[in-house]
Amino acid sequence: MSKAILYDSTICIGCKQCEVACATQNKLPYDDAIAAEERQSEHKYTVVMTKGDKFMRRLCMHCEHPACASVCPVGAFHKTKEGPVVYDVWKCIGCRYCMMSCAFSQPKYEWGSLNPRVRKCIMCPDRVVAGKQTACAEICPTGATKFGDRDDLIKEAQDRIRQNPSTYLNRIYGLNEVGGTCVLILAGVKVEEFGYPASAKIGDTPMPEYTGRVMERVPDFIPIWSLVLGGIYWISHRRDEVAAAEAEERKNGGAR
Amino acid sequence: MKIKLTFWKVVFIVIMALGFYSTIIRYSRGLGAVSNMTDQFPWGFWIGFDCLCGVMLAAGGFCMVGAVYLFNVESLHSVVRPAVLTAFLGYLLFIVGLLFDLGRPWFIWHQLIYMNPHSVMFEVGMCVMTYTTVLFFEFLPAVFERFNLKTPIKWIHKIYPVLIVAGILLSTLHQSSLGSLYLIMPSKLHPFWYSPALPFFFFASAVAVGLAMTIFESTQSAKALGRHLEISVLVRLGGALLVALWVNALLRFEDYFRRGMLREIVKPSYEAYFLWLELALSFVIPITLLSFKKVRLSPNGLYLASVICLFGFITNRLNVSLIGLETYFGHHYVPKWTEFSVTLMIVAMGFALFRLAVQYLPIFPKEEGIQQPFAGRNVLSSSVLAVPEHAGD
Repeated sequence: MSKAILYDSTICIGCKQCEVACATQNKLPYDDAIAAEERQSEHKYTVVMTKGDKFMRRLCMHCEHPACASVCPVGAFHKTKEGPVVYDVWKCIGCRYCMMSCAFSQPKYEWGSLNPRVRKCIMCPDRVVAGKQTACAEICPTGATKFGDRDDLIKEAQDRIRQNPSTYLNRIYGLNEVGGTCVLILAGVKVEEFGYPASAKIGDTPMPEYTGRVMERVPDFIPIWSLVLGGIYWISHRRDEVAAAEAEERKNGGAR
Repeated sequence: MKIKLTFWKVVFIVIMALGFYSTIIRYSRGLGAVSNMTDQFPWGFWIGFDCLCGVMLAAGGFCMVGAVYLFNVESLHSVVRPAVLTAFLGYLLFIVGLLFDLGRPWFIWHQLIYMNPHSVMFEVGMCVMTYTTVLFFEFLPAVFERFNLKTPIKWIHKIYPVLIVAGILLSTLHQSSLGSLYLIMPSKLHPFWYSPALPFFFFASAVAVGLAMTIFESTQSAKALGRHLEISVLVRLGGALLVALWVNALLRFEDYFRRGMLREIVKPSYEAYFLWLELALSFVIPITLLSFKKVRLSPNGLYLASVICLFGFITNRLNVSLIGLETYFGHHYVPKWTEFSVTLMIVAMGFALFRLAVQYLPIFPKEEGIQQPFAGRNVLSSSVLAVPEHAGD
């Protein structure tokens, strides 16, 4: 069963402990200046944003059908059965198609590096496989970031909405967006206000399907189109051959 | 040895020097220092121009090979070799461009061992690689002829049907797939350009560009080499171009109509201005021009119409790859001068190599009685730098 993270922004107190834990886990630099940065980058995989008294966390959504994994020409990304979408830096050639295709614009790049890597939250795969929580969920003092089985978390999110309908918008962001994600978000305000793409805009269709519709025709297209082209070649040259043969015959006939 | 400096030679040297400087920056300080690409705008001018436009402008190769060898249109025979040469150089330079744009170009060969068949980029990569090889073989006879090697020409002629079919098949696949690259960005690419029909548009426009490019390069090299222009060939190409433009225009119109966008595209907006520019240059002006018989029969008219339509389709590719994404990314991207200078350097290299090839190899058919076969060599041996004379025309 796939693991997931449930982030409940109504419980979040904006302490940024998750940012610290993430930096430690991934051996990233972290100081006051980086803490003040309100956007993700190659040295900040997750961010807690503040707007008045509201907080919102952003991190890789770990899609059930990740676009990044489907578009990568060398398969540097893949979805593990436990849930995390992980990155194999050795395979990467640096085409940045993952960054272009991600509906949530999550992959970031080491623009200043001479051997740059794509950087994003990878959902602490080592910890998850070992049966532990992600670093951010473990450290969260209020339980705003909760780690667990995706199905259980969905039920819990629905319960929370049912019990406190005035606190929450009746919506679990990530339940169906782009075919479902392994990061689920509960909020009292629209997540779009914090830069998340609108559900209506990204839709419920798994991203790989948009290209899959075309790509799945390629294996049939190759032999059919080759035959058609070969056929045209044969016909158009056959006409010449026949014409030449006829001319030859006429010449012979005339001589006789 | 005296080297005469002409205006275009100086331009060429300046372009190469600036390009060299930018190349050093690229490989010593990274992509961030050499370009204005950011996390908000990960694909810039190099993808938009060097890759999308580069491959599109090299489409003349498969169009002419298709017309002459597949459909057996003998009258176009004289333009096949220059078209194949342009395509071959175009693809080589596309690969050079990729080496600049890829973050880890030293791992480009990973494509061959870590294959992801679901990826459009993988398909494009494989097609470009094999097609460049096919073009190399299609180009080889000119080299063999130059050195009077008859046996290898015979070998190539034996596999020619395979080369032709493979070349057109691969071109169909990757020209359209460059459009498919953007299919995964339905929420990002502006609806003026995002359409499920993108792969069809990219392929259809590549055919039109292939024709226009052949007219352009024939006229251009005739001018530069002082050759006689075969007007009958140009007129034929011009007629085909007019048909191709109409097909493209109707496809686009049908798409806007079906998606209910016709009302949207006439409303002024940032994207609309660029769309109008694109539609005017790629369809309205060249179609109008070519509709006049007088234009269709005059070399200058055909040249003008072709160049305008080339600019139109270049605008189209840049709209898809840059302009159409700006609103979503909320980021106005203007390429850094070093990005332009790398592209300019690559384009200048293309013109230079083309010039060298036509000087030394039998690319254009010999003109009986007008030129002695080696007259061109004396001109060139005095100055290899004669190359860029038509680079910026």
